[in-house]
Amino acid sequence: MSRAGGRTVPRAIPRTVLILGTVSLITDISSEMVTAVLPLYLVAELGLSPLGFGVLDGIYNGVSALVRLVGGHLADRGRRHRTTAAVGYGLSALCKPALLAVHSVPLIGAVLAVDRTGKGLRTAPRDAMISLASPPDMQARSFGVHRAMDTAGALLGPVTAFFVLRTAAGGFDAVFTVSFCVATMGVLVLLLFAPGRILEPAAPTSSGSARVAPVSAAPASAVSLRAAFGLLRRPELRRLTLCALLLGLATVSDSFVYLLLQRRLGISVRWFPLLPLGTAGAFLLLAVPLGQAADRFGRWRVFLSGHLGLLAAYGMLLTPAHGTVLPVGGLPVAVLPVAVLVLHGAFYAATDGVLMASAAGSVPAELRSSGLALVQTGQASARFVCSLLFGAAWTAWGAHTALAVATVALATCAATSAVLRPLRAVEPAR
Amino acid sequence: MSARTRLVILLATVAVLAAVAVGSVLHAADRAARRDRLQAGGPRVTSGQVALTAAGSARQPRLVFRNMAWGPHRDELASVPSADPSGPRTASTVHCLRFYSAAGTGICLQAVHGAVSDTYQAVVLDSSLREQRRYPLDGIPTRARVSPSGHLVAWTVFVSGDSYGVGQFSTHTSILDTRTGTLQSTLEDYQVVKDGHAYRNADVNFWGVTFADDSRFYATLATGGKTYLVQGDVTARTLTTLRENVECPSLSPDGTRLAFKKRVPGLSVDAPWRLYVIDLRTMGEMPLAENRSVDDQAVWLDDRTLAYALPGDFGTDMWTVPADGTGSPRQLIEAAMAPVVVG
Repeated sequence: MSRAGGRTVPRAIPRTVLILGTVSLITDISSEMVTAVLPLYLVAELGLSPLGFGVLDGIYNGVSALVRLVGGHLADRGRRHRTTAAVGYGLSALCKPALLAVHSVPLIGAVLAVDRTGKGLRTAPRDAMISLASPPDMQARSFGVHRAMDTAGALLGPVTAFFVLRTAAGGFDAVFTVSFCVATMGVLVLLLFAPGRILEPAAPTSSGSARVAPVSAAPASAVSLRAAFGLLRRPELRRLTLCALLLGLATVSDSFVYLLLQRRLGISVRWFPLLPLGTAGAFLLLAVPLGQAADRFGRWRVFLSGHLGLLAAYGMLLTPAHGTVLPVGGLPVAVLPVAVLVLHGAFYAATDGVLMASAAGSVPAELRSSGLALVQTGQASARFVCSLLFGAAWTAWGAHTALAVATVALATCAATSAVLRPLRAVEPAR
Repeated sequence: MSARTRLVILLATVAVLAAVAVGSVLHAADRAARRDRLQAGGPRVTSGQVALTAAGSARQPRLVFRNMAWGPHRDELASVPSADPSGPRTASTVHCLRFYSAAGTGICLQAVHGAVSDTYQAVVLDSSLREQRRYPLDGIPTRARVSPSGHLVAWTVFVSGDSYGVGQFSTHTSILDTRTGTLQSTLEDYQVVKDGHAYRNADVNFWGVTFADDSRFYATLATGGKTYLVQGDVTARTLTTLRENVECPSLSPDGTRLAFKKRVPGLSVDAPWRLYVIDLRTMGEMPLAENRSVDDQAVWLDDRTLAYALPGDFGTDMWTVPADGTGSPRQLIEAAMAPVVVG
């Protein structure tokens, strides 16, 4: 909803956003089905020891960053957003039958790496399509809608997988087959219903999409890798990327957050698998409202507030373990874990899509995908560096001190970013 | 393409995909049902008394193990005479994924079928397989051991992380004192001494406990991409590294040697492990005569013989090999895992 002429007029979410949301929802059901049963499959069915699985992780993070930049660039060249995204979704879909064929930890690891390559390829083109299809004053809401649908899929995936295993004990092949069918459906919906070319920036089309984005007059021939990196010469984008990088350097990875929650606050290990669900639930519920808030009150403000929420979550994790359980109606309710998870989910809701919406405003339409890939890659690389540093700090000083350092770092980075205020010039049109 | 054409294509493809999906689930369900029916030519399994001491129905040494032969007794604890391991099996009603026993105390890690997904629990059994204590588990069972006295019990489960795609996996290893019910829920609470210095890291994982007595034990520590043999002290809550590249140690009944799986450089990444035995007095190690990759915590049937699981037609088969590096591997028992000798 937005205000126009003094009255509240509900404005439709662009069709393309809903279609891409549906594709992500379907794809996330498919991929989370596999993720949910993988440990059980490795240990119970194949009798393998999955330890050492994470080894690929570090190396792969670098490759993943590169793949994302390539995906972003390919999509801009000849404006092939849909095609590039479809290749990414298709690659991940093909990994599901491949899982039926391989039976060792390294090969399964390789298939999962290809799966992630597909994810890396499709992310920037898809986000570019979302932003190109949305009017400038509704960017963050569109991303919020997409992220909410995406997260809903992630929550439905495990349920679907366990339903299959319930019907057919040990039916991991059935889980992978169903996952493949679901993923194929996602690719099909994308190819059939998403527009091949979102729009020519200058040519007005129907459904209000002509009002898209401040577009520079650069011709299509300007779409090159050099032009993509040349985006960083734009002061707003450079400052935004710098801030995303700074804040990313102080964003402790999810697994550490759950580990800290479990250890510091003495949550029973039995509830450990439920912790990510708490974050996802909050993300799902808050993505749209916080996206709307970002469009209305300023994306940068909401983005920074999200990090303040994360700062509060760190602060709670630093408090002593006692006093975390309050009797509510006779039932002991673990207030702190719930608060931490809600803040963690709110952090994602206020930053994930909002950052893309912020960046979209500073990147011309013909380089949208490359520009978004650049910001995403910067942020992801910074977060990876953070998890390495955090791990090292944990080893050297212990969990509590490592978190205290991260908290100070986050506060400093947030303060610096607040001073830099990258989006002064491109606050949303009212 | 008109909207109508697109819709027709969508519906037709969805119908095909749905048929494939439903077909695969039905096929898998049928296969699951077949596993509950008796397999022609499989071992004979009958219901009966299974005991963990010779004082029970067993007059001669018996092997107690998880029966994996198809039929109604699949996954139940079963026993056969040690002298005739391929003979008819006697099955209890206790189903376990992992099992171990010593001095009349049994530990059974079992699945509990829930509304959505399975959960797991550890059950301490007395010598007649009656439940003594029960603890919920936070992951998928992988290893279980009992101290020689039957007083202490240890187990390891796999816990999966949350990240997309290449997930992070970790292990939780717990130690229980069956006399007092005191549960040390994770070895991560122990003080680790690595190469003479206190060591801590978020990435530490422990698995594969083997007990020397009611305070001392050996286990595997993994950190920074390497594995270590550690010696643990239950009372002092310390773990001290002894040497590198040792997984799933198993202490001989006389307490002088450890059997373990070693990651041998140059082997295929699919099958990286070989069985070794290390002499604790000299710390010298010796490869065993098994040339296949073994991913199991071996069990000592006596001071000279080791038993271990290898993949088979019904999940796993048990094999044996002499503990001194001589001889050759022999199949001990088909469609079985986690054996112990009782009596």
